[in-house]
Amino acid sequence: MSEHPSTYNPGSAFERWLDTRLPIVRFGADLMTFPTPRNLIYWYTFGGILAFCLAVQIVTGIVLAMHYDASGTGAFISVQRGIMRDVNYGWLIRGLHANGASMFFIAVYLHILRGLYYGSYKAPREVLWLLGCVIYVLMMATAFMGYVLPWGQMSFWGAKVITSLLGAFPVIGKPLTTLLWGGFAVDDPTLNRFFSLHYLLPFVIAAVVALHVWALHVPGNNNPTGVNVKSNSDTLPFHPFYTVKDLFAISVFMILFAVFVFYLPDAMGKVDNNIAADPLKTPAHIVPEWYLLPFYAILRAVPDKLTGVLALAGALAVLFVLPWLDTSKVRSMRYRPTARIYFFIWVFFSLVLGWCGSQEPDGQIVSGFAGPVFIDYDINSVTWLSRISALYYFAYFLVILPILGMTETTLPVPDSLYTPVLSHPAGLPVGAAAAPETKG
Amino acid sequence: MLRKLFAATAFAGVVAVLGAQPALASSSQAPLKEDVHWSFESPLGMYDQAQLQRGYKVYKEVCSACHSMNLVAFRNLGDPGGPFWNPKYPNPNDNPVVKTIAKDYQVNDIDPDSGDPIKRPATSADYFVAPFPNVPAARAANGGALPPDMSLLAAAREGGPRYIYSLVTGDGTDPPPGLTIPDGKYYDPWMSGDVSSYYKGDPHKIPVGGFIAMPPPLIDDRVTFDDGTKATLKQEATDVAAFLAWASDPKMEERKSLGVSVLIFLVIFSGLLYASYRQIWRNVGH
Repeated sequence: MSEHPSTYNPGSAFERWLDTRLPIVRFGADLMTFPTPRNLIYWYTFGGILAFCLAVQIVTGIVLAMHYDASGTGAFISVQRGIMRDVNYGWLIRGLHANGASMFFIAVYLHILRGLYYGSYKAPREVLWLLGCVIYVLMMATAFMGYVLPWGQMSFWGAKVITSLLGAFPVIGKPLTTLLWGGFAVDDPTLNRFFSLHYLLPFVIAAVVALHVWALHVPGNNNPTGVNVKSNSDTLPFHPFYTVKDLFAISVFMILFAVFVFYLPDAMGKVDNNIAADPLKTPAHIVPEWYLLPFYAILRAVPDKLTGVLALAGALAVLFVLPWLDTSKVRSMRYRPTARIYFFIWVFFSLVLGWCGSQEPDGQIVSGFAGPVFIDYDINSVTWLSRISALYYFAYFLVILPILGMTETTLPVPDSLYTPVLSHPAGLPVGAAAAPETKG
Repeated sequence: MLRKLFAATAFAGVVAVLGAQPALASSSQAPLKEDVHWSFESPLGMYDQAQLQRGYKVYKEVCSACHSMNLVAFRNLGDPGGPFWNPKYPNPNDNPVVKTIAKDYQVNDIDPDSGDPIKRPATSADYFVAPFPNVPAARAANGGALPPDMSLLAAAREGGPRYIYSLVTGDGTDPPPGLTIPDGKYYDPWMSGDVSSYYKGDPHKIPVGGFIAMPPPLIDDRVTFDDGTKATLKQEATDVAAFLAWASDPKMEERKSLGVSVLIFLVIFSGLLYASYRQIWRNVGH
C-alpha cells in the first residue's frame, strides 16, 4: 500500500505462516506505522471523525432496518409507534441515526473546507480528491433516500419534488422518473426501492472510503504548509501520535453529537415529518434537509427548470475538476493571502446560499422595500440573492482560481513542513527566510 | 489568526444554517402565547405527573370525542414518565389504573370459536380506541374537516405544546372586523392559513391566522379535576398541552436522564484522551 519500509515482525509461528499467505496483520501494522506529517492540526481529524460517523450510521441503520416496515401503510407506524415507542431504546437508535446524518454532513463539510483551504486536491492527490467527491455525492443520495423512509409529509413531498427534477430532461425525463418511482406517482414501489438503495449505498460508500484511504496512503497526507515531506524528521508514525489525537477529536465530536441526540433530537428535522404522508395534501413549505439547502437555492435561482437542474449538477461537477482549475503551484492558502480572501468570500456565499434555500423564493431581503422586477423576481428577493451567490460560487472555481494562480503574489513558502521549534522566531511563518515567490 | 477566523466562519455558518430554518414556519400566525411554563421545557425538566393526569382527563372527556390517538396504547399511560406510572407496577399492563381505564372501552375482535366479529372490553395492551371507524366517517361527522390524530400533534406543530395552548385558549376577542367567516368555521389567529380572500378591510392589515373547523373546545369548568385543581380554561389548556407533549415524546424522561450520564462519561473520557494526547506528544515538536 505505502512505500515506507515495513517494520512488522511476525512474532509467532502462526503469524509467520499467515504472513506468507495473507499478510493482513502486516497490512494493519503498516497502516499504524505510516509516516504522517508532524504538523497536522485539528482540522486534519475530520477523516477519523467521518469514519466514526459512517460506522455509527451503518450500525444504527442495520438495527433500525430490523424494525422497519417499508410500505406506504406501515412505514410511518413502524417508525413512530414501533421504533420510537415500543422497541427498547428505539428512540435512541433512531435519534443517533437521524442526527447522525446531520453530524456526518457537518463533519464532511468541514473536511471539504479543510481540503479546499490547504490545497489538498492538488497533485499528486487528485485521485484522492475525486474519490472524496464521489463519497460526498453518494452521501447526499443516501441521506435523501433515508429521509424518505419515515414516510412523513416532508419525506413524501421532498421525494416528489426532488425526483420530479429528472422530468426536466427532454425525451428521457419522463421514462426516467417513472422508472425511479416504479409507477406514475411516488408510492409504495418508490418507498421500497429507496429502502433497498438506502441499505445498499452505505456499503458502496464504505468501499469508496477504502479506496480514498488507499489513495491517501500513496502520496501520504498533505499538511497545513502544503510543503512535501522531505525527510524522516518531518514525520511521526500514525500510531500513537495521530490515533490519540483523532480519538480525542472524535470524543469531543461525540459530545456535540450527544447534545443533539439527548437534548435537541428534533432540532435538525422538520415538524411536518411527524405528520403521516398524505399525497393529497401539499405542505405549505417543502424544504430539503439543511445539508442540501445550498444546492436547492442554486436550483431555484435559475428560471428554467432544466437549466436549474444542470446548474445544481454543475455545482457538484465543478468540485470534480477543481484540481485542474486551480493553477497555483502553492498548495496551502497560508501562503496565498489573496486567494485566502476569495476563499472566505466563497465560504460566505455558500452559507448565504444555504440560508436562501431555507427561505421562500420571493421573500424580501430588506423588508418593506419593493424593487424593480427583473427576470421574474424582485431585485430585493431571496431569489436574486441566490443568483448573485450562485454566480460567485461558480466564478470562484471557474474564473478566480484559474486566473489567480497565474497572477497572485504568494508569501514565501517554508523549505520544510517542520523546522525545529527553536529556529523560527515568533510571528514569522516557519522558514520565512526563503525567497518570495511571485508566480504560483 | 486566520485559522481561528476560518474555524469561526465555519462554526458560525453551521449555526446560521441550522438557526435559519424555524424562521420559515411562522409566516402567517400570531406569536405564540408566553404566559405559561411547563416543567418539561428546560433541558433537564421532567413531566409533572399530576399535570399529565389532569391533561389526560381533559383529553379523555373533551378531545377524544373527535381526535384519535392511534399510536398510544393504554399500557403507555403506565410507562415510566407516563401519567399513571407507578413503581409498584414495573409492567404497566398490571397497573390497576391502566386496567380500569382500558376496560371501559370496547374494541373489535374476532370470536375464536365462531369467527364472528365481536366487541370485547379493551385490555392494557390495546391501543386507544378511535372515535370514528375511518377517515371518511371522521370527516362526515365534522363538516368535512378531519380532526388530526393527536399522538404526535405536539411534535408536528412548530412550538409544540405552546402552539396547542395558544390555539385552544384563543384570544378571547371577536374576529377582526371585515372578516367573513365561512359557515361551520371559526377564526383563530394561531391556526396556520391564509384568510385574505375572506377579508374586506384594510389591505395592509390582513389578519394573521386561519380558519379552523373546531369550535373553541374548552371553557371554565369543562372538566372536574380529581386532585381539586380549579379547572379554569387556562389550567385545562395548560394541562392538556402537557399531556399531548407527553404523548408525542413519551421517552423524554428516559432520554434526558440517560443524556446526563452519557455527557458526564464523554466529558471525562475526552479529558482522559486529552491528557493522553499531551503525554504522548510532550517531547515532540510540531
